[in-house]
Amino acid sequence: MSETATPLWEVFIRARNGLSHKHAGSIHAADAEMALQAARDVYTRRGEGQSIWVARSSDIIASDPVDKDMLFEPTASKIYRHPTFYDIPDDVGNM
Amino acid sequence: MTDKTYLFQYLLRLADDHLILSQRLGEWCGEAPTLEEDLALANIALDLIGQSRSIYSYAADVENKGRDEDHLAFVRVERDYRNALIAEQPNGDFAHTIARQFFVSAFMVPFWREMESSNDLMLAAIAAKASKEVAYHLRHASEWVIRLGDGTEESRERMIEALDDLFIFTGEMFEVDETVEAMIRSGVCTDPSSLMGEWLQTVQSVIAQATLEMPDTGFMQTGGRMGRHTEHLGHILSELQYMQRTYPGQVW
Repeated sequence: MSETATPLWEVFIRARNGLSHKHAGSIHAADAEMALQAARDVYTRRGEGQSIWVARSSDIIASDPVDKDMLFEPTASKIYRHPTFYDIPDDVGNM
Repeated sequence: MTDKTYLFQYLLRLADDHLILSQRLGEWCGEAPTLEEDLALANIALDLIGQSRSIYSYAADVENKGRDEDHLAFVRVERDYRNALIAEQPNGDFAHTIARQFFVSAFMVPFWREMESSNDLMLAAIAAKASKEVAYHLRHASEWVIRLGDGTEESRERMIEALDDLFIFTGEMFEVDETVEAMIRSGVCTDPSSLMGEWLQTVQSVIAQATLEMPDTGFMQTGGRMGRHTEHLGHILSELQYMQRTYPGQVW
């Protein structure tokens, strides 16, 4: 089937209550209902899913790889944003 | 015939319906029009295999002659298979596969729902699991009937032809003969002909959404329940039974 008849959709699966939907992959489908079905058939065969989202790939606004340095490089030097400088009391155990 | 032999006959029919249709769907594996549908059809085939396995195992217990599920599935001759003829019809094009699945699933949804309250506890348990599975099969097939029927000129033509070709095999699902009568009497199943109304309603509503006309009702083909099959079953069995015939008793 042609790309225009069955455009690309991104599939997001929520595995359990309390977790967020995670990107699982993509599928081709004619419309939203068929996209949900295809997502179910392709990505939830082993009990992975509690909930499915699908979104037209063309509706997703993505950052430009060219902007990578500008967007993400400045955070590399700000290690103090990670909560790794605290002494954890022994009683707390693993966090 | 005793109640046990009737029950065995009945279970065999049910299991054969599922096994043969499953084998047909499995033929699409690796060859479906899209990867998505390849998996969808294989998923449905696996659901049907699971259902047939449960029923064969139970049938083997009921028969109590030392045959197991594999023996029942793989080592009978053609005339001993009791599936409805619709299950063995060729995949044809995608529209034919969808039409076949649509007609069968539209029956299986009310069938398994009724079976959930069967007197037979084993069948009731199988029904509880199967009900959820066939609900999806019906939705999957219905959405495709609608889109192919209300799609392009070509998909519409193909969908019309498929519905017309297969409709003649739908009557068999509702047949009541001596075996089914015995099952109704003992509360194992409800009268399948009482499911006709709901089936027709489902089929009509989907076909209307697909902007198509109902196929002409009229003569209905029959024979599968007595082992009189179309020429297709022998070919299916030659593939299905190959391993067990060549290496008898082989296991994984």
